[in-house]
Amino acid sequence: MDAPTTVTVVIDGREVTAQPGSMIIEAADAANIYIPRFCYHPKLSIAANCRMCLVEVEKAPKPLPACATPVADGMVVQTRSATAVEAQQGTMEFLLINHPLDCPVCDQGGECPLQDQAMGYGQDSSRYEEEKRAKPPLDLGPLVATAMTRCIHCTRCVRFGREIAGTMELGATGRGEDMTIETYLDGSVDSEVSGNIIDLCPVGALTSKPYRFTARPWELFSHEGISPHDSLGTNITLQTAHQAVKRVVPRNNEKINECWISDRDRFAYEGAECDDRLTQPMIRRKEGLVETSWEEALSEAAAAMRQGAEQDGSQLAALIHPMSSMEESFLLQKILRGLGSDQIDHRLLERDFSDDAVAPSYPGLEVALSDVESLKGVLLVGCNPRKEAPLLALRIRKMVERGGVVGLLGSYAPDLNFSLSAFRCVTPADLPGALHGLAKNAGASDSGAQAAERDGLSGLLSEVGDDGMILLGQSALNHPEAGTIRTLAARLAQQTGMRLGALAPANSAGAWWAGAVPHRTAQGKPAKTAGANASQIADLNLNTVLLYGVESSIDHSDPIRLQGMLDRAQTVISFSTFRSAVPDQADIVLPIAPYTECSGSYLNCNGTVQVSSPALTPRGNSRPGWKVLRVLGNFLSLPDFDYDDVAQVATELGHPPGVLMCAANPEIPILGHGETASTRPDDRFSLVAERSIYQADPIVRRSRALAKTRDGSSEAFCRLHPEDLEAAGLAGASRVLLVGEHHQATLRVTEDSGVARGSVFVFSGSVATAGFGGDSAVRIRPVT
Amino acid sequence: MSAPSEIRVCLPPHDAVTPWTLASYRERGGYQAWEEVLKNQTPREEIIETLKSSGLRGRGGAGFPTGLKLSFMPRDAQGQKYIVCNSDESEPGTFKDRDILRFNPHQVIEGMALAGYAIGATVGFNYIRGEYYEPWQRFEAALAEARQAGLLGENLKGSDIAFELHSQRGAGAYICGEETALLESLEGKKGQPRFKPPFPAQVGAFGKPTTINNTETLASIPPIIRNGAEWFSSIGVENSGGTKIYSVSGHVNRPGNYEVPMGMPFRDLLEMAGGVQDGRALKAVIPGGSSVPVVPADAIMECTMDYDGLSQVGSALGAGSVIVMDETTCMVEVLERISFFYFAESCGQCTPCREGTGWLYRMIRRIRSGEGTPADLDRLKSVADRIEGRTICALGDAAAWPVQSFLKHFRHEFEAMIPREEAA
Repeated sequence: MDAPTTVTVVIDGREVTAQPGSMIIEAADAANIYIPRFCYHPKLSIAANCRMCLVEVEKAPKPLPACATPVADGMVVQTRSATAVEAQQGTMEFLLINHPLDCPVCDQGGECPLQDQAMGYGQDSSRYEEEKRAKPPLDLGPLVATAMTRCIHCTRCVRFGREIAGTMELGATGRGEDMTIETYLDGSVDSEVSGNIIDLCPVGALTSKPYRFTARPWELFSHEGISPHDSLGTNITLQTAHQAVKRVVPRNNEKINECWISDRDRFAYEGAECDDRLTQPMIRRKEGLVETSWEEALSEAAAAMRQGAEQDGSQLAALIHPMSSMEESFLLQKILRGLGSDQIDHRLLERDFSDDAVAPSYPGLEVALSDVESLKGVLLVGCNPRKEAPLLALRIRKMVERGGVVGLLGSYAPDLNFSLSAFRCVTPADLPGALHGLAKNAGASDSGAQAAERDGLSGLLSEVGDDGMILLGQSALNHPEAGTIRTLAARLAQQTGMRLGALAPANSAGAWWAGAVPHRTAQGKPAKTAGANASQIADLNLNTVLLYGVESSIDHSDPIRLQGMLDRAQTVISFSTFRSAVPDQADIVLPIAPYTECSGSYLNCNGTVQVSSPALTPRGNSRPGWKVLRVLGNFLSLPDFDYDDVAQVATELGHPPGVLMCAANPEIPILGHGETASTRPDDRFSLVAERSIYQADPIVRRSRALAKTRDGSSEAFCRLHPEDLEAAGLAGASRVLLVGEHHQATLRVTEDSGVARGSVFVFSGSVATAGFGGDSAVRIRPVT
Repeated sequence: MSAPSEIRVCLPPHDAVTPWTLASYRERGGYQAWEEVLKNQTPREEIIETLKSSGLRGRGGAGFPTGLKLSFMPRDAQGQKYIVCNSDESEPGTFKDRDILRFNPHQVIEGMALAGYAIGATVGFNYIRGEYYEPWQRFEAALAEARQAGLLGENLKGSDIAFELHSQRGAGAYICGEETALLESLEGKKGQPRFKPPFPAQVGAFGKPTTINNTETLASIPPIIRNGAEWFSSIGVENSGGTKIYSVSGHVNRPGNYEVPMGMPFRDLLEMAGGVQDGRALKAVIPGGSSVPVVPADAIMECTMDYDGLSQVGSALGAGSVIVMDETTCMVEVLERISFFYFAESCGQCTPCREGTGWLYRMIRRIRSGEGTPADLDRLKSVADRIEGRTICALGDAAAWPVQSFLKHFRHEFEAMIPREEAA
């Protein structure tokens, strides 16, 4: 006997078809019948604690919560009957008796479900004559402001932490009227998705600290944007007032971000709005950089570039930040190639390009983001999804909640919001060898002896079978032998049937497809010559260099080499949004507007092209990058630069095919990787350097709120295994000196038994640590 | 008419010496039923059928038929199942389970073993009110004796039957007497009721199918299995089988626990407890614990003590906690105290109870302090009505019913406390 596939319920006299097991509120929502609610949220577990959605159900002796009452065939529901409305009004009265009713000074005013529903279900004056309850505010850190007296205890924020974010940061303590939402043990809220509780809170108890008191919701204009800070293509709404972005909120897209955004997506706009913005083109004169007109700046830039391209184009190169839109990447490479140079690259932090010839059209995930949660397992290789793409970590967490398994091959134990079933910790130097071992085992038939050799990761791979994904993160992609790692991962994927993913930063996929790589032009067509890549460019003696959105002291795998190259170059042209991001060597400075002020397309890790629209007109005399490049193309008299709008550029670029990571032929030789761990040649420690989440790009780096978070803390530190510290005679030291080839830095040191022996973990992206870019190992010395 | 007398089923006979020991329990026929089951591997259905036809109903307050409740457990479900005994007796006026645990702990153990066997649970938990330290010690000592005697553990008496039992002390929250809040607390979490469905029979302790019964209910099971369903049902009245322990407190000469057949007239129970103190007149009785509606003297004196009898006078048997109040009692003060209890014990999870219990208490306190207004009485009734039936668990009803019933029967006492000039 098959269970019926649908049931029919009658809600307010209308027949509504619903899924068996679904709740009345879902059926009503689908039929556009509004039932008031506070605690119910489709993405969270059912709590049924606010009692606002009480409805009358025929044959039930008392009103029932629509959020927690499953539909049944033939059920008759009244949402607006006298009984239902009396129950809803009763709840509203209770909710309001201890609520401060301070709407005029509350940031939620105007977009407050409590305020809205009080209009529909509340009375014009209160019958409550007793004293009201008051609660002190909570300190939840730099992002979320609190006014706990306004809290109606719906526990959405608690359930978000426990169920979605996987962090037990907030809980409900106390009972009765003393029930309070608070942090356990006075902790702060540090998760990378904490801002979502601002959206979830149905009252003004949790509001955005940076946005607070700066605008009223009815003053705001909304603009549909795409967050450019990671490769997911998160859908955002940028809200503006008084010629400024006031805040960023999520835009629902079930295929990508659902209804969530990361704190980076939410608060990075502060960087775009900072005072460090460049608003006028500048040009180097005797007295230094002086403001000038666009006309003059562009004609000097064009002259310098023509000069650089005079011989054969080899005197001209460009580095572009992967956060740039596809149109910017496309036009910049079109200019360079129009002048005969293939020396353009966006892969600023990468160090190994040996597999360029067989690389896929663009890096991405072969599994759709919305399918990740249905996988049986994920093998992370040098990847911390929580910090690299926080919303992907939420998807992986969902998979784990459903019984999926996650293995990690990496050099340190990250603080993840899901549990790892297997973890192999190796030094960066041993990473390719360990992956080689996995690939070899996976290909071998399962004889007893080999089975015994299998470590947790091999076991995990056989458990997952072909229903999984291998995910390469920044430690793999920026590894000195990244080409080998990519090849081995592709081979492992072929052997196991697992799909492959590479979590490249920001709009890297768009940059690849647009041709911002030396060996391929737009749409993946081979370049005439394979020009120098991002690393090689830093060694060249150039006539003219273009830095597009690149903060040269940080945004490169080896900033010291890059500085040398800039010193040697005759003309440095800096396309920059920020004054302080312009290198000292710059001769021509062209102010480009940030993504909040531009139209542009972004190609996400699933091959989806999305268009971000401008929320503001560019500040001062800055201009959208694509327009600057288009006019520069005209100044250079290059053909086919007469675009009327950005959409024409996108049309010329076209849509890429779907992600196909394993299309590459993994037949390039893999040399020199045994399966046994290499021995340390000397007393140096392998450097595990990761770009921290809030150092990803020049915009996010300038968000004041994010800088105040734990992840954004500017104090540089390193982490070492306690036994290594002990062996080096540094046990108990609070600071150590890291000594590299060309750079050294004194850093706070923390013991961390999750770091691979023989390695030292640092966050790159700060001035103190960026200088180690060229080093794969450092010496550690006591601070004297 | 002979003087009313006790029939002791759950409590040990008055003349038993150290009745809490295994030896004493065995003398009274203790563990015969369990050993019979271990020997014969009695079909589980048979035990449940016996309980169904005995007419045993839950003694914790709701009065749900016990056999039917046990039959709700998914019998074919694989994996761990649990039987849980609710000894978190916290309702004001209730102290029967305390005496069962103090004086007859082995009967609770045997009852849990039999019920556990019937539903296929090999592990049981007895959740004991935190303040019941001595009863907990007695229960622990009995557990040790039973383990020693091979009545708890693995392969009991050579069979393949296993049953292990643990006790767990509460931490002093009334709400943990609510069965799903009890489960949360048992799991080590904050005690607050779960939304149902799913019911504990599907998702109970530690996510496993679980049946929860009151101490007195479980203690009734061994004599029923030993003596048969008919014996038990013949003790009580139609629709209320067996005996019931009444915790009689308040203005009586001999307060205490009285175990008598269901259906005994209240008049007789009052006589057993020595009548109203100092020969005063009876004013009112709360017959089932502080949460059930109060019954005025004339109605209760004509009433029988069973599920139907009390429901006819607009109240309930509840946990059989009879609070007797004589003519000197101030009903406003009583309601103030009761309302304070529910205000203090609300878990805070759902809105009407969290916000409404404090509102009720504050209004009553204001009336009692002579600061009430005429509008307060209708407002009290309306707030109570808005709590009743709107909450996740029954605590909301428990807070509303006393207010509604006190106002219904004793409104004049409340009116008398409202200042006259205001009342005019």
